[in-house]
Order: sequence, then C-alpha cells, then structure tokens
Amino acid sequence: MSAAGSGNGDAPLLEVEGLVTRYPLPRGAIGVFARAPQRYVHAVEGVSFTVRRGEMLALVGESGCGKTTTAQSVLRLVRSDAGAIRFQGTDITTLPSKQLRSLRRRMQIIYQDPYESLDPRFRVRATVEEPLLVHGLGSKDDRRREVEEALRLTGLDPPELFLDRYPHELSGGQRQRVAIAASLVLHPELLVADEPVSMLDVSVRAGILGILDDLRRRGLGILMITHDLSTAARFADRIAVMYLGRIVEEGPAREVVDNPKHPYTKALLSVVPKRDPRQTTRPEILRGETPNPVDVPPGCRFHPRCPIAGEECKATDPELRVPAGAGPAHTVACIKA
Amino acid sequence: MSLLEVRDLNVWFDLQQGGELHAVQGVSFGLDAGERFGLVGESGCGKTTTILALMGLLPPIASVAGEVWLEGENILERGESTMSPHRWRDVAMVFQGAMNAFNPVKRVGEQIAEPMALHGVAEGAAAKRQVGELLELVGIPAARADRYPHEFSGGMRQRAAIAMALACKPKVLLADEPTTALDVMVQAQILELLVSLSNDFGLALVLVTHDLPVVAQVCERAAVMYAGELVESGPTEALFHTPRHPYTRLLFAATPDLYGEEEVASIPGTPPRLDRPLTGCPFRPRCDRAFGRCEKARPALKPVADRHAAACHLNDVPQQVPA
Repeated sequence: MSAAGSGNGDAPLLEVEGLVTRYPLPRGAIGVFARAPQRYVHAVEGVSFTVRRGEMLALVGESGCGKTTTAQSVLRLVRSDAGAIRFQGTDITTLPSKQLRSLRRRMQIIYQDPYESLDPRFRVRATVEEPLLVHGLGSKDDRRREVEEALRLTGLDPPELFLDRYPHELSGGQRQRVAIAASLVLHPELLVADEPVSMLDVSVRAGILGILDDLRRRGLGILMITHDLSTAARFADRIAVMYLGRIVEEGPAREVVDNPKHPYTKALLSVVPKRDPRQTTRPEILRGETPNPVDVPPGCRFHPRCPIAGEECKATDPELRVPAGAGPAHTVACIKA
Repeated sequence: MSLLEVRDLNVWFDLQQGGELHAVQGVSFGLDAGERFGLVGESGCGKTTTILALMGLLPPIASVAGEVWLEGENILERGESTMSPHRWRDVAMVFQGAMNAFNPVKRVGEQIAEPMALHGVAEGAAAKRQVGELLELVGIPAARADRYPHEFSGGMRQRAAIAMALACKPKVLLADEPTTALDVMVQAQILELLVSLSNDFGLALVLVTHDLPVVAQVCERAAVMYAGELVESGPTEALFHTPRHPYTRLLFAATPDLYGEEEVASIPGTPPRLDRPLTGCPFRPRCDRAFGRCEKARPALKPVADRHAAACHLNDVPQQVPA
C-alpha cells in the first residue's frame, strides 16, 4: 500500500481547525408559532487536531462527548457549521458533492458492529469487491487481485478459504476483518475506526487492533474513536480526550496516560479497572452525568463536575495550552493545570 | 455450608435439527453471604446459561441436571415447584441490557413495585415506601419513582434495574454484564454500588462478564469458563499472578492494561462446537502448551493450591513451569 499521497507533500494528512457541528432541535408546532428561539445540540464546539501519515490518533471520551460527530464531520457525512477540515493541505470543508466522491476513496471508515455493517446476502468476495465497482475501478482481473490482497492484509489468508463465505459463516473477528478489507481495496490514506473492537470478544480484539497497527506502520493515518482508554494507551500514538464537544487534553499517548494534567482526564484514568487485582487505585468517581450538550455550562464546561474548580472557572472558557510540567506537544484546556 | 452451592450443574439444549448442545458441563462453585464471585469467559461459553439455570429461567428446550443448594435446600430438586418460592425472593437477577427493558409507558416506581406485589412482599402504601427506600439505596432520589423510563439516563436506568432486582430483598444477586453498555465513569458508579450492597447488606454477588479487569477489581474470587466448563477457579489475585490454566493466562494477555507494557496478543482460533462430544481438552486446538495427553484425555478441575483449582494436564507434569 503506497503511503505517499498526492497533493501538498508537507502538509499533515488531516488537519482540523476550530470545527463546530451543531444539530438543530425540533421546535414542534407550538414552538414555531410562539416563535421560540431555535435551540441546538452543541455536538462539536471548536475542535482542532491533526493526523499525520503513519500516525494513530485516538479520540476518547464518554458517550455524547462529540467524538463520533467529529469523525462524521471529517468524512463530510454531516455538515459542519464552522471551522476548516484540510485533507493533504486541501480545504474540503465546503467541497461540492461531485468532488467528494473521489475524496471518499481516500478516506474510509470502519464501524463498530461487524454484525450489522456487512450485507448478509453478499459473499465475502462481493462485499470486498463492491467499493471497486462503485468507483468503477480496475478490470475484472485487477479487482480479483485487489480483493485477495486486501484479505491477506487483514489476515484472512489464504483468501480462497474465505472468498465464497457468507457473513453468517464467519466469526465476529473475521467479519470485522472483512469490513476492514472492504475499506482497504480503495487504498485509502486515512482510516476512521469507530469503536472497531468494542463488539468483539476479548480474545480476538488484539488481532484487529494489530491489523490497524500494521496499517499505520505502512503509512496510513488512523483516527480511532474509542471509549476504552486502555486500548488507546496501548495502540495509539496520540490521545485526544473529549468532553462535551471540546478536546480538553491532547498529547502523546503515554504522556497523557502517565502524566495527565486535566482533572477530567485524571478522573477518567482513575476509574479504568486494572487487570491486576493488587493494583487498587483510589477511583475518583465523578458524580452525576455529563451535562446535556444543549445547555452547555458557561465558563469551563467541566466546572460543575470538577473537583478543583474555583470561581474563575465559572467565568473563563479555557483554551488548549501547554501546561507547566508537561512534555512536548501536550496541551490542556484548564486554567488550573 | 455456603449460602449458595452449585454442584455438577449440566444444561443441554435440544436442537431443532435433532441432537443436543451441551451448554453447561459439570459446573460447581459455592458462594457465602457478602461474597463477590466473578464468572468470566468469551461469548457462548455458558456463563449466562449457568446463572439462568440458577434462576430456573431456561426455556423448555433446556434440560438441567445437578444440584443447587440454597441454605441447605436443593432448589433444583423438583424443578419449578422447589425453584419458584426462592426466585426473586432469595435469588434475583439483573439481566443483560435490563436498563433497556423497562416498559416505556409505565412509571419506574410502579414497575419496581410489581415484583413486590407478585411475591406478596408489600402492596399499596407500604410498597410505595419500600420503592422509595430502594431507589435511595441505589442512589436515585425517591421522588423520581413517578418518572417514566425515558426521563432517566442510562446509568440511572441501570440503577433502577438493580433496585427492581432487590425488590424482594434477595440474598443472592446474579448480575449479567451489568456495566457492559455503560461509559467508564458510570460503570465505576455501578460497580461501587454493587460492592457497597455486598459489603453493607451481605448480599452475595455473582458477576458475569467478559471484562477481566472489572472482575479483578470487584471480586475476591472468580472462575474462568470455557466451552461450558470451569477451567480454572480461585482468588482473582491467583488467577492473575499465578494462573494454572493457559486459557486464563492468555485471556489476561489479550486484555490491554492502561499501564501494561507487554505485547497484547489475541488467542488464535475459536471455541469448539458444543453440539458434538468433545475428546481431550476443549482448549487444546488454541493452546500454546498442548502436549500428547491433551488430545486423548479431558482434564478434570483439580485443586492446585489453596482454594485454587484448574483443569489442565500441565499441573500433573512434575517440575513444570507454571502455565
């Protein structure tokens, strides 16, 4: 798989700057007549990050923090309201849909549930070949070679053993491998993996993550969406922690895990169960649940649940910056960090 | 004698196309009041079937054999007639996905009161008061009893599901993947609740999950299930630090840890089918330490240390390196 992309050679593979994506809330008939103001779900509120070739960035956070909306915005599956998305230096934020088609070949997504993402009536061969047909690529022989190569890359080797099978004849892990193979036939440069292993058995998860790791080494940029910090710590190069539509901490994976600076990151890490029963940490359990992204708290959006919040936190909306005692390329959005 | 003692439990399912599937194969374990016991394994290993058998809630196509002793009485002895007086009153269960199983058009409090009325525990005003107490116990303001399920967050619905299982003040709570669909912070809140229920009220807890770290942090003892049988059981500390079955070791090695530095490796292969007789060790095709005997004889669960048992031939080989 060729890593070298076209376009601007020096630019990062993916650059997201100040991304904002909101969903309008239905007002209902009464609301419309009463001219109630339109309200929004502030799913993503000013998110910036980059993904380089050969790098895996993990976007972690609890449900509703905006990580999936961020990924969907990047892929232009939902329309964002502000900010810029640059793919290899080209701004794709407002690219017309005609040009999106060729772009989508270069950025692919794998979904959480391989039981639902594969068409049960399609044999493996047809599922993996489909993207090539959609994009009208290659001769019949070319396509056959591409399909077999993609299956080999995902560990379904020898391909002949799997080509004629239906999804129901495959295990969960094998299905996810087929889904990855179907995204690889197009030779994408960016892969978005939305919770790629959370539906799979523990015994096969490492295999799927290993494939992603291997693809990363071959030069793909990978944006992994996950709620599992242990997986992010082990497999990602960088971690970005999201809370209520914002990135609150970002940095090299080990640095974020070993030297967290944001109180939310610290709390999240403290409640991840450890494998070793002797390693009992004192979990710092945050009370209540993430506030509703319709009514985002003023000031720092984390302050109502923050154990160290002060008066100033109610007024200041903190920006990402390098805090004291942090390693390079480690940023935190907290005025107390 | 333990509060709950399961002896040689077997479950078979009749298959439509003829034949049987031997889902649970000779499972035995015991549980004291206030104890937290974990049952771990991959999907399809028989964990859920095991606890459904303890509740007498398996479908008619299932045949059950073995003994389930509850405070000295074998509640499996005469099927439904010996089981039903204890179901929910002594042994209760939180089903997988219970938080999504509330009736959407009935108030949460009414739904929690239902088992109370059904089992003659309380009715009317008394039931209402007890529902309030239960909700407070699981960390929900009593006033919320009048709300509908959609007005609860996922974490609160899971708390309410636990409250419902506790409605008849059971001694044993069987919890099937109680935190699987929850975020890590809400998971921590629910696990904290389960631990405090066992510590403060002596509730005996069986925690069924595929998540080893959850069991490692919550349970004192655990059993690892594979292909319908217990392949290792013992203190969770021993399972992690001195595993005596390769499957246990490989399962831990397949689980990424926040601070772990070592390679995370998946276990090749898949579990065997249970609709045909097994010869030899069921784990042999996936085992990295299999040898001649594993193909011929099925290893039995045997004591290997204090309160620690494993079903692996390696434990019979002298001077062996621990599995």
